Amino acid sequence: MTPEAWYILLYSAGVLSVAVGMVVVSFVLGQRHRERATDEPYESGIATTGSARLRFSARFYLVAMLFVIFDLEAVFIFSWAVALRELGWAGYAAALVFIGVLVAALVYEWRMGALDWGVAKRKNRSDAPSEETRK
Amino acid sequence: MREIVFHLLVVVCVLGGTLSMAGALIWLERRLLALWQDRYGPNRVGPFGLFQPVADAIKIFTKEDWIPPFADRAVFVAAPAVIVVTVLMSFAVVPFAPGVWVADLNVGLLFLFGMSSLGAYSLILAGWASNNKYSLIGGLRAAAQTISYEVFMGLSLMGVVMLAGSFSLRAIVEAQQGVWFCVTQFPALVVFLIAGLAETHRLPFDMPEAESELVAGFHSEYSGMKFGMFFVGEYLAITLLSALATVLFFGGWLGPVLPPLVWFVLKTGALICGIILLRASLPRLRFDQLMSLGWKILLPVALLNIVVTGAIALLGK
Repeated sequence: MTPEAWYILLYSAGVLSVAVGMVVVSFVLGQRHRERATDEPYESGIATTGSARLRFSARFYLVAMLFVIFDLEAVFIFSWAVALRELGWAGYAAALVFIGVLVAALVYEWRMGALDWGVAKRKNRSDAPSEETRK
Repeated sequence: MREIVFHLLVVVCVLGGTLSMAGALIWLERRLLALWQDRYGPNRVGPFGLFQPVADAIKIFTKEDWIPPFADRAVFVAAPAVIVVTVLMSFAVVPFAPGVWVADLNVGLLFLFGMSSLGAYSLILAGWASNNKYSLIGGLRAAAQTISYEVFMGLSLMGVVMLAGSFSLRAIVEAQQGVWFCVTQFPALVVFLIAGLAETHRLPFDMPEAESELVAGFHSEYSGMKFGMFFVGEYLAITLLSALATVLFFGGWLGPVLPPLVWFVLKTGALICGIILLRASLPRLRFDQLMSLGWKILLPVALLNIVVTGAIALLGK
């Protein structure tokens, strides 16, 4: 192994021991107490109802999918960026086409309303609320 | 032999230095916010209140280390450790001065992206494992925010990579001998700083823990040092963001007269104060505003920057 790798390993060992040390020390030093409401989730003082394993907005899922799409494409741009001078204008043209496709996808998602948080603004949908009802 | 001892010393100093920086920042931020809000801030413990972080540390270590019975125990304990580990690991590739670094990886920037992606786990796992409704919403917001802004952050830095021709942070600093990249890559700098702030979920982008609606968001159920680790992680992340902006855009250690390390510390310190000033002056955004700012403005700007920079770099070859 190169010396660099050894330093990184040593440093990670230090970092890990700091993190574990913090958790262990506070576990040892921390006080303990137990009262009527100690073991209840905090919900601003109101008695809790049900667990937090709830359904949540599908918007978050959509963002995760957008992330997968764009981050994967970003990886290709990364590898082109670092080899820019070796690849020359031919590489530039290819990257331009690639980024063009990326922009087309972005425009499509934008038009479909995938980037709008909150009320769906998708066009040509009969069941979408009209401007008046939304206000 | 001397080189090995020197390097071991650097490893210890980087670890100790970044951790004490996180402590010092707690004091600095409170003092600066107080200054801008026309009040004193902490000034009782030691000269100028300098020992306030020490007092805070003693107090937080002796606070109850509560693990909720309804939580997912293992994940609940691991989540705060993850953020401290990932942010501290990121410092391993930061070049502080010529020769003063833990490791000069040729994939340094990719290593940083990887670490910041892993950091996102901390928040989402904390929010999920707490089994609290506020925490869940906070964790989800954190996940959506961090993964979105990660894309823009990565893309914004590609202009810098093109000009430097390397992912190594040392090479990027050395490529700025003539002109700093904050001049030639100004749009990238703006996108990078906004994305970096959103990734560290600092004000004005602190929706994951927006206290006016979510109590404390993803760390509502955390107490004692496990809460403290999120806190330390946040301050470490501010330091990291400032150090990275210095390295990537403000010429790192480069500068006249003063020694390189002093230049690095000065530039990083100035950026940290700027970030605190942002907190003091800007209100929190709404979540939908945050998402549309990212996808509709920052992403096109970052892509445009890549296309233009690539053409200019090839023309000037």
